[in-house]
Amino acid sequence: MADASLQTGKNTTLAHIAYVLKDNPVTLVAFAMLAFFLGCAFFGPALVPYDPLATNAENALQPPSWAHWFGTDNLGRDVFSRVIVATRLDLTISVAAVALSFVIGSILGSIAGYWGGWLDAVLNRFLDTIMAFPLFVLAMGVVAALGNTVENIIYATAIINIPFYARLVRAEVNIRRNAGFAQAAKLAGNSDLRVLAVHIFPNALPPMMVQVSLNLGWAILNAAGLSFIGLGVRPPTPEWGIMVAEGANFIVSGEWWLAVFPGLWLMLAVFTFNLLGDGLRDMVDPRKRT
Amino acid sequence: MTTRTKMILGRMAQALPVVAGVIVISFVLTRALPGDPAAYFAGPAADEASIAEIREALGLDKPLIQQFFFYVGDLLRGDLGTALSTGQPVMADLAARLPASLELTLVALLLSCAVAIPLGVLAATRPGTWVDHLCRVLVTAGVSMPTFFTGIVLIYIFYYLAGIAPSPLGRLDFIYLPPPHVTGFYLIDAALAGDWSTWVGALKQLILPACTLALFTLAPIARMTRAAMLSALSSDFIRTARAAGLGQRKVLYGYAFRNALLPVITTLGMVFSFTLGANVLVEKVFAWPGIGSYAVEALVVSDYAAMQGFVFAMALLFVCLNLIIDIAYALIDPRIGLS
Amino acid sequence: MLTISDLSVAFQTRKGEVNAVRGISFEVGSGETLGIVGESGSGKSVTSYALMRILDAGGKIRTGDVIYGGMDLRKASERDMRDIRGREISMIFQNPRAALNPIRKVGHQIEDVLIRHAQASRQTAKARAIAALAAVKINDAEARYQAYPFELSGGMCQRIVIAIALACDPKLLIADEPTTGLDITTQKAVMDLVGDLTKARGMSMILITHDLGLAAQYCDRIVVMKDGQIVEQGDPQDLFARPQHPYTRKLVDATPRIGATIRGLLPAEARTSDPKHTVHERPILEVRDLVKTFQGKSGPVHAVKNISFKIKSGQSLGLVGESGSGKSTTSEMIVRLQDPTSGNILFDGQDIAATPAARFATHPTRKDIQMVFQDATDSLNPRDTAASAIAEPLRRIAGLTRADAKARVAELADLVGLPAPLLTRFPHQLSGGQKARVGIARAIALGPKLLILDEPTAALDVSIQAIVLNLLVDLRAKLGVSYLFVSHDLNVVRLLCDDVIVMKSGEIIDHGPAAEIMARPVHAYTKALVMAAPQPPAMAAE
Repeated sequence: MADASLQTGKNTTLAHIAYVLKDNPVTLVAFAMLAFFLGCAFFGPALVPYDPLATNAENALQPPSWAHWFGTDNLGRDVFSRVIVATRLDLTISVAAVALSFVIGSILGSIAGYWGGWLDAVLNRFLDTIMAFPLFVLAMGVVAALGNTVENIIYATAIINIPFYARLVRAEVNIRRNAGFAQAAKLAGNSDLRVLAVHIFPNALPPMMVQVSLNLGWAILNAAGLSFIGLGVRPPTPEWGIMVAEGANFIVSGEWWLAVFPGLWLMLAVFTFNLLGDGLRDMVDPRKRT
Repeated sequence: MTTRTKMILGRMAQALPVVAGVIVISFVLTRALPGDPAAYFAGPAADEASIAEIREALGLDKPLIQQFFFYVGDLLRGDLGTALSTGQPVMADLAARLPASLELTLVALLLSCAVAIPLGVLAATRPGTWVDHLCRVLVTAGVSMPTFFTGIVLIYIFYYLAGIAPSPLGRLDFIYLPPPHVTGFYLIDAALAGDWSTWVGALKQLILPACTLALFTLAPIARMTRAAMLSALSSDFIRTARAAGLGQRKVLYGYAFRNALLPVITTLGMVFSFTLGANVLVEKVFAWPGIGSYAVEALVVSDYAAMQGFVFAMALLFVCLNLIIDIAYALIDPRIGLS
Repeated sequence: MLTISDLSVAFQTRKGEVNAVRGISFEVGSGETLGIVGESGSGKSVTSYALMRILDAGGKIRTGDVIYGGMDLRKASERDMRDIRGREISMIFQNPRAALNPIRKVGHQIEDVLIRHAQASRQTAKARAIAALAAVKINDAEARYQAYPFELSGGMCQRIVIAIALACDPKLLIADEPTTGLDITTQKAVMDLVGDLTKARGMSMILITHDLGLAAQYCDRIVVMKDGQIVEQGDPQDLFARPQHPYTRKLVDATPRIGATIRGLLPAEARTSDPKHTVHERPILEVRDLVKTFQGKSGPVHAVKNISFKIKSGQSLGLVGESGSGKSTTSEMIVRLQDPTSGNILFDGQDIAATPAARFATHPTRKDIQMVFQDATDSLNPRDTAASAIAEPLRRIAGLTRADAKARVAELADLVGLPAPLLTRFPHQLSGGQKARVGIARAIALGPKLLILDEPTAALDVSIQAIVLNLLVDLRAKLGVSYLFVSHDLNVVRLLCDDVIVMKSGEIIDHGPAAEIMARPVHAYTKALVMAAPQPPAMAAE
């Protein structure tokens, strides 16, 4: 079967991705949505029709119309502009937090998984302690303790994400620690550190990418949740969580657009990352490869 | 059996350093809270001297390490300090509010399991079909909904538009009296008292917040059930069972499902953590008098004793829960503790 | 009793439909044992799943009839099939531990089948289950009834699987590679048990195996399959003596057996003269009082107990033992992947055990001792191409430049017979034999003086094994390298090695020239090992 084709590895990888996308069109949609949100984050502030902070008391609480697609809030600010502009902040928080936890978790997990022993035991106890807190509650505590800033939301979100990466990397490294190719690499003159960094860790990356994608969504939810209860980003900065919190006061009197649009946007963003994670999982799942 | 018992005892011993870690972290976190509790407690009109006096009375002038030992000592006596905002002992506040949170969480989890596990099994028995894709999109949408947003949308639809839900303010409409306190769970207490109109009233209040939480936890349970079921169904022992002529039901439920339940039980721990966290947001939206909304109020006024008590109680609750899950797992899976 | 005519099975894959079985016909008579022999991908297992109608999703019977006792199984309803499975036709599988429900007591698993086929009521089930356990010669059946699969050895698990399969007295037993992965002495015990039970009950059996020798020993008739088709069928004696089809001839040749030569494993046209290797008196490796003790959960585990031996320069030494004998631990210590608890490993007179394994990567001797791993797939980094796998030691240890390494890789590929275009491929794009060549090329890249071969052919089909073994013999003659050949298979070891060491429970229990040990085993355990290996009938005089 192998001699039938002489294509290179790149080609088959692309073919596999094409196959998965065809098999699961939902993933294609997720990629398109991701592109849209990235576009909003990069160009949104330059393109929105109104200044997201400009108040206009005469034009307060207007329902959605051609002039204001998502209506206006209680101070007369354009909800659409605020929702789009908020994309950059929310994505920045989640990307920064996930990147931090990815790096720290990878280092901790690699060390524990490769060398094992007391290092592993200590790390496990440490992670157990973090995981012993309901994670959102821990994030609340961290932000409350460190102070109400965007950076602290990032740190708090990173801290509660670290255990996921550390455990995943630990497991992935651990099963490959004594794999034939790791031993062969040692025989080829690689030091332990090099075997770990060059041969074992890259093989753990595919499942990590799935985790990254799922966690990006979760990190957005988390940051928005913190803002919702008054921690982190402060008004009048446009941020989805705050906007929902502010809009919540008007929902019982029927002004639904204040809360619903930012909420929907938030949901769509999280949905995108979750779908993406699912799609990536299919791509890296060896059982789906022939 | 002795090895099993040993394993369970060992697992309990493992929880001890975690509890110690929880105590340290909850102490450190709350001591770092911004704002001066002494100044807050003394009131806006207080001068430097009276603030210092109060600081001394609260033990805040001592070195941090000494404060920590006082804290541990107090903990051992069951004293979590006094909440500045309510003037009550934190322990009493938490004890009064915990049943509300627990009732909400448990009802939500039961609801979620009742939907998610059959959904996962259904998807796993028909992989790649539209049923499978639909399940996936549904549960992914569910986990993507911020709970605070879902809550608000549900209130808008069922309270404002349809008018079938009661006003989202607490556990019981003001026309009912709370049932006599036995467990603190209104549904149970009302049933015990035979007061069915109150029971229905409590249920009506509970449905929306419970659905909000359940929607959020649907995804991890359904996903894990599907994955575990798929891997169980493709394993060799299922082929043996089929080759031995065992019936479809026996193969699916007796063999595959029981094996698939093990990873699902492990996931429940994680799901519980999500639920307890999301609880804080849902309680705020529905003005639910649980410990989550208590914490949010405490946070706003930098009430460190209340905050500390809340974080500590949550963590302790969760540690116990994980312990129960692990022990349940060990009792179900004969391989634990022996291999 | 069972007649299969023109059976075709196809699988739906992403590359379109793949025909796994293409129009095969055969019969199984009452009381007959039929062997279906073929290499991986020949469609032999699929055939059995198809006739039981337990094909995986995506598999479909395209054409043909399966007539069992006058009944067309292809047309039978699923309900009728369930009554037939386990009651009329049973199956046993490879990897017996995975074939049992891990969280259900084995006794209950037998009861499930008995109750399903109304062979027992809830009251009588336990007694019947214990009787079924006793029937497969399990000692203390009553206690074993309560056991979970993980508490039992592989051989014991296979007995349980057999007990489940035979509990309802079926007429036909299908054994799908029942002994793959089991030790050779366990294999014999299991096969003898199955043979005796089917004979005693007058059952028919289909034995599906890749091992022609095993089939010849236990079957009345053999069907040889290749690429979903039957190439030849007949009496085992005839098949070995006068194979008609070239493929059968190739398989018969490639099956190691007493009296075979290494070149004799290859097809007649590929046989060249036997290469000679010279053995010097000077030892290249001397192992003295080597001990390895692991700290297990329930006390220390003595994996290797004070062993000593020598390998002369240019010599090939076979290290034979079953699982748990300590042979792998020993080879890993010699290749410096593990540290011994005590003892010396003298390489060219220098004690290399003095340098810890963790720092051995930079030791000057690193290039002189290399290893070919058991599982070629596992030993190649899935993210590296064949060329970069072979180049790795050249770049890291020899310090060659990229261009020099590239030239040397091409030379090595040529030496091991790996076509140059394959060098840019990733492991998953290579066949098993090709991966084995990459592993060998990497191991000889630095011109090692001692090569440790850890069951290098265990995962390969026999025809590929024949080629790889011959490659190893050629390389030895060309490079003058010494081999430590680790294997469980005495027949293979004898073909390649001058001397043999037999290990059991961490100790060397037998030692001597390979030919002598095989021909006249003295030690009881060695004798058992030699006897347990399947002995195919003699071939026609060449």
